[in-house]
Amino acid sequence: MSLEVKQLTKRYRHQKALDAVSFEAQSGQVLGFLGPNGAGKSTTMKIASGYLLPDEGDILINGVSVVERPKEVSKLIGYLPEHNPLYLDMYVKEFLDFVAGLYDLKGKSAKDQVKAIVDRCGLGPEQHKKIGQLSKGYRQRVGLAKALVHDPDVIILDEPTTGLDPNQLVEIRNLIKEIGRNKTLLLSTHIMQEVEAICDKVVIIHRGNIVAQDLLQNLTADQGLSALVLETEEPLKQSWFSALPALRQIHTIKDNELELLTEDTVQLRRELLAIVQERNLSLLSLKKKEKNLETIFRQLTQT
Amino acid sequence: MMWQLFLKEINAFFNQLTGYLLLTVFLIALGLVVWVFPETSVLDYGFADLEALFVYTPFVFVFLVPAITMRMIAEEKKSGTWELLVTSPLTNTQIILAKYFASLAVIFLALLPTLIYYYSIVKLGDPVGNIDSAGFFGSFIGLVLIGAVFGAIGLFSSSLTDNQITAFVIGVFLGFLLYFGLSALASLQRNNLALWIEELSLSYHYQSMGRGVINSSNLVYFLSVIGVLLAATGVMIRRK
Repeated sequence: MSLEVKQLTKRYRHQKALDAVSFEAQSGQVLGFLGPNGAGKSTTMKIASGYLLPDEGDILINGVSVVERPKEVSKLIGYLPEHNPLYLDMYVKEFLDFVAGLYDLKGKSAKDQVKAIVDRCGLGPEQHKKIGQLSKGYRQRVGLAKALVHDPDVIILDEPTTGLDPNQLVEIRNLIKEIGRNKTLLLSTHIMQEVEAICDKVVIIHRGNIVAQDLLQNLTADQGLSALVLETEEPLKQSWFSALPALRQIHTIKDNELELLTEDTVQLRRELLAIVQERNLSLLSLKKKEKNLETIFRQLTQT
Repeated sequence: MMWQLFLKEINAFFNQLTGYLLLTVFLIALGLVVWVFPETSVLDYGFADLEALFVYTPFVFVFLVPAITMRMIAEEKKSGTWELLVTSPLTNTQIILAKYFASLAVIFLALLPTLIYYYSIVKLGDPVGNIDSAGFFGSFIGLVLIGAVFGAIGLFSSSLTDNQITAFVIGVFLGFLLYFGLSALASLQRNNLALWIEELSLSYHYQSMGRGVINSSNLVYFLSVIGVLLAATGVMIRRK
């Protein structure tokens, strides 16, 4: 159960949508695939699903090449495209039976499998409705069920949570989390909290190039300096603090607000509080600036 | 695997009112031509012969068949479900064949009621049974084959675009060209080239089947036209 993207390059006329992109996800990993719109996420996923051909490079699913043996790969992966295409005239169960048939599931095993997926995706009460009548959240569940019906090892979800309301968001997210427990999952999204909640590993792509690729905890772990923000009622002067041993850099945000960078936030906080007392300042707040995925994402993809 | 897609296509056709509407219009048009309009009516003609049916059905087919096939690929591309099919274990060939056979099934279903016309004429003939059965069945098989060619044309034109109406117009145009256009072109001159063009036209081979003789060259012609069109469809939907 693995997904391996190797030196993937794709051109649309003169524009390079993907430029030698490589990354991989192992079994049981949920890989968050991030990037601004038009960065090449969907293109990568479409190539993985066998819908598009790359100009160079390859994607291996469990070691099978999607370029050479797309039909073998199609049985190994479950794919939910970005706009979640469904036959709106079909009934939910009819549609899932149809998909099971396309994937060559037959007889009782097909029936059981469809039933299990319907239950798992919470579609029980809706299974005899037409897909066209369902709300967006339920359509998304049908799309997920479609991707899961043949019990694939690798699951590719292209922005599965866009356009959902906050309740549906949580439901779908939990569903994805549960699916991800024993499958390899590639998930693209714009929502950073989602990545922080679900993913083990993060790949950030920008203009067809990978700009970051690491385990989530490494990526958000403090790299170098972290920032403290000090706010008081009185105006602050940089010179009051410049002699502190733990301080590395200092920036003025406002008259009464400073940003102080350090390697050791605990030590610097102690030193700062000492100065506040010494100068008899009234402290409004002293907080550590969280280095979250969102700031990293914006740093890497803003140009 | 293909079977599911075949059934889905047939269901999709009969799940909408347009499907029934198309077949109804088709059968009413033929019924009027064969039994009611005095100029073409068998009853006024005086001979136990269904020539009118076989002369006019291709005209109606030119419109009917593209209307059946127009959504088959174009609509799926537009709604994105094409991605769902292409990324399934079905090969492109299987997708094309499943859709093509579904269109054939619908066309055949549309033609089936005209067998009642045959039965009626057999009974109405004086003496009873006085009808050129070989001619009828030759023509009937010819009609099925013409429907099959138009089906391939329709599927091909559906693969050219993601707009159903465009697919319909292209399908009608190509059908017209192949059936009427080429023989009209051939009639402009009287030389070897004209003869050669004539032999490429659908109507030439259709008429020769109407004589009750099904010879292999006609069959080869129909099957190869269908093969070329389906192969062209395959080229159009290749992975890019």
